[in-house]
Amino acid sequence: MKKSLSVIAALALTTNAAFAAPVQITWWHGMGGANEQVINQVAEKFNAAQANCAITPVSKGTYEEALASGIAAFRSGEQPNILQVFDAGAATIISAKGATIPAEDLLSQNGHKLDRDAFIDGIRNFYADADGKFIGMPFNSSAPIMYINTDAFTKAGVAPPKTWEEFEAVAPKLKEAGYVPLVASQLTWMLFENFFSRNNIQMASNNNGYDSIEGTTLNATAPEMIAFWNKLKEWHTAGLFGFYGAGWADNQKPFEEGKVALWIGSSGSFGGLSKTATMPFSADFIPYVAAIGEGNKSSFIGGAALFAMSGKPEAENKCSADFFNFLTTTEIQTFYHQATGYVAITKAAYEASKAEGWYDKHPVAEVGIKQLLLPTGEWSKGYRLGFYPQIRAVEEREFNKIFSGETTVEDAFKAIETEGNDLLAKFAKTAG
Amino acid sequence: MTNAAQTSPGPIRRWIARATVRPEPAKRVQFDRPLLPWLFLAPQLAVIFVFFYWPSAQAISSSFYIEDPFGFGATFVGFDNYTDALGSAEYRHIASFTAIFTVLVTAFSLGLGLLLAVKADQVIRARSTYRTAMISVYAIAPPVAGLIGMMLFDQHIGPFVKLAAWFGWEMKVGLNYFDTAFAMILVSVWKQVPYNFIFILSGLQGIPQSVREAALIDCKNGARRFFTAILPLLAPTAFFLLIINITYALFDTFAVIDVMVKDKAANNPITLVYKVYVDGFRGNDIGGSSAQSVILMLVVLVLTLVQFRWLERRVHYG
Repeated sequence: MKKSLSVIAALALTTNAAFAAPVQITWWHGMGGANEQVINQVAEKFNAAQANCAITPVSKGTYEEALASGIAAFRSGEQPNILQVFDAGAATIISAKGATIPAEDLLSQNGHKLDRDAFIDGIRNFYADADGKFIGMPFNSSAPIMYINTDAFTKAGVAPPKTWEEFEAVAPKLKEAGYVPLVASQLTWMLFENFFSRNNIQMASNNNGYDSIEGTTLNATAPEMIAFWNKLKEWHTAGLFGFYGAGWADNQKPFEEGKVALWIGSSGSFGGLSKTATMPFSADFIPYVAAIGEGNKSSFIGGAALFAMSGKPEAENKCSADFFNFLTTTEIQTFYHQATGYVAITKAAYEASKAEGWYDKHPVAEVGIKQLLLPTGEWSKGYRLGFYPQIRAVEEREFNKIFSGETTVEDAFKAIETEGNDLLAKFAKTAG
Repeated sequence: MTNAAQTSPGPIRRWIARATVRPEPAKRVQFDRPLLPWLFLAPQLAVIFVFFYWPSAQAISSSFYIEDPFGFGATFVGFDNYTDALGSAEYRHIASFTAIFTVLVTAFSLGLGLLLAVKADQVIRARSTYRTAMISVYAIAPPVAGLIGMMLFDQHIGPFVKLAAWFGWEMKVGLNYFDTAFAMILVSVWKQVPYNFIFILSGLQGIPQSVREAALIDCKNGARRFFTAILPLLAPTAFFLLIINITYALFDTFAVIDVMVKDKAANNPITLVYKVYVDGFRGNDIGGSSAQSVILMLVVLVLTLVQFRWLERRVHYG
């Protein structure tokens, strides 16, 4: 980076500053495959739209690897200008004050204005501080939604469920029709974290962790949660719920093959699923528990945000700010939303896609955003929990144990709470 | 520190001293300039320092701190990271799996390598074809081996799963702890057998024909001849392979495990070194992860001492 800068500087001198060379900035992200191509296109669009800055996106593997690389690079002073950090890593980077420049400050320092209200509600809080100031720049956001194998429902002669009670009623008929009624990928995100949001139940003390990292505890053993998972376990035993381990694809594959009636996946899965599914499908919100009486609230967002790393020269920060501003334009938002299946994060991009008739052609693409636009409950704004990637690993371990019969639901959630609280306490020590 | 080490040499130093002195050739080549040997050693010493001593020192120092991931502040916590790790039931569970995994992988890959080498040594027709076929598996990189394993054991399309189902075994690799452990051990062994095969085969070919013939005159029982004459002569090779295989099972199986658990350890069996990675790189818990790697370093140190002090004495170098 420094070398290329000095080369540029030398070049600029020799050409007598006839052409001002663009300021180079780097962007590390955790996307691969088709989504990486789209990121490259976004970068090209930015570079073509102005001449002062040139951004170079670099894929660092998965979300976790991108965060780990960013941290390692920061420690040795080689950090990129912009780092993509995923939902579960939000607390790690946001609590590290001084590692990043809050997105909102960066924009205002460089003459841009960030309009918080332009963003969709569910997206506004997740990467913001307790006062609502944007620390991260929301980028690719997704919601967990329920995909529906329409053939299965026609054959069974029933309607797709809106609530878990309705699911319980129709599931045996789907089974009789020869389908596995329900399968879900990444239970941590789908049926744990978003069980809290969809049913408006507190997930952690200290306002879901937003108010303080000191003394935050997990509310994993909420009675509603235990009751629901006992149902899930019951359904698994009765052959109404299929579970094939913590791997995402292992649970998606049987749905693609048309063996499963309902699959809970990401709204971002839509693009890939359109190519791989062997049967027609539609989608709807993840069910909620009607008996709790709070249900059908918006879900937490998943996906990732972009963070401007500190310790960079002013000129480069200016470019990062320009790029963030560029990303919020309706044109780019609409492009990104339609090319990837991630939800539109600004209201304007949503309206633009609607006006274009995009959702008439692709109704599934609207489900995630509609779910995020549902009324927000007190507890569906988001969570801010340190070492959350590790807590997720504990959840994954215990969920596997539940379905392989090694533990009971009660013990599993007790273990998640105990080990989760230990990790939260440890995080408070490191960050404090 | 250095003085103390010199006055009472540790077991490894003593071993090194013995090993370097033992061959004692008739004419000993001496460097007449004291600096020259150090110059030759310098690149190797630099590599060891940069890639071993320095990171080890870093790991030891950070294992006594808890630190925020970005390195803004570290708090000294003494042995807390160690007691946290050793006190956790999960960690002890992983440690015992690692022990079982290491014993099984080492035993099976050495045993199978030995069996195949002994048999291949006796093949006369098309021997090089057989040997190439055996050795070629070694060219497969561990992540690729893991990928192949993952496909063979896929719950939906895996041929091995279908085969097992035929015998009434409903395999659920990725969900069932035992099934996943079975698949991991199988793939790890499969990957290591060719390596052992190459060494044992060359060891076998190093046994003089005259010794074999003398043994044949003394004893006509093939199996007994193998155990009393051939195997002792293979001991140096076997000892070397034992160390290499234990190291392989402890550390080099990382890629196989990573691919087979698909980045989600959940309740699947993992080894200690994978746990270091999960906590350090995925969980950003640098202190805890450093403490675990120091524990692992100590385990390997003890293992090496045991091997050289107890086992090596029984090896006959001929």
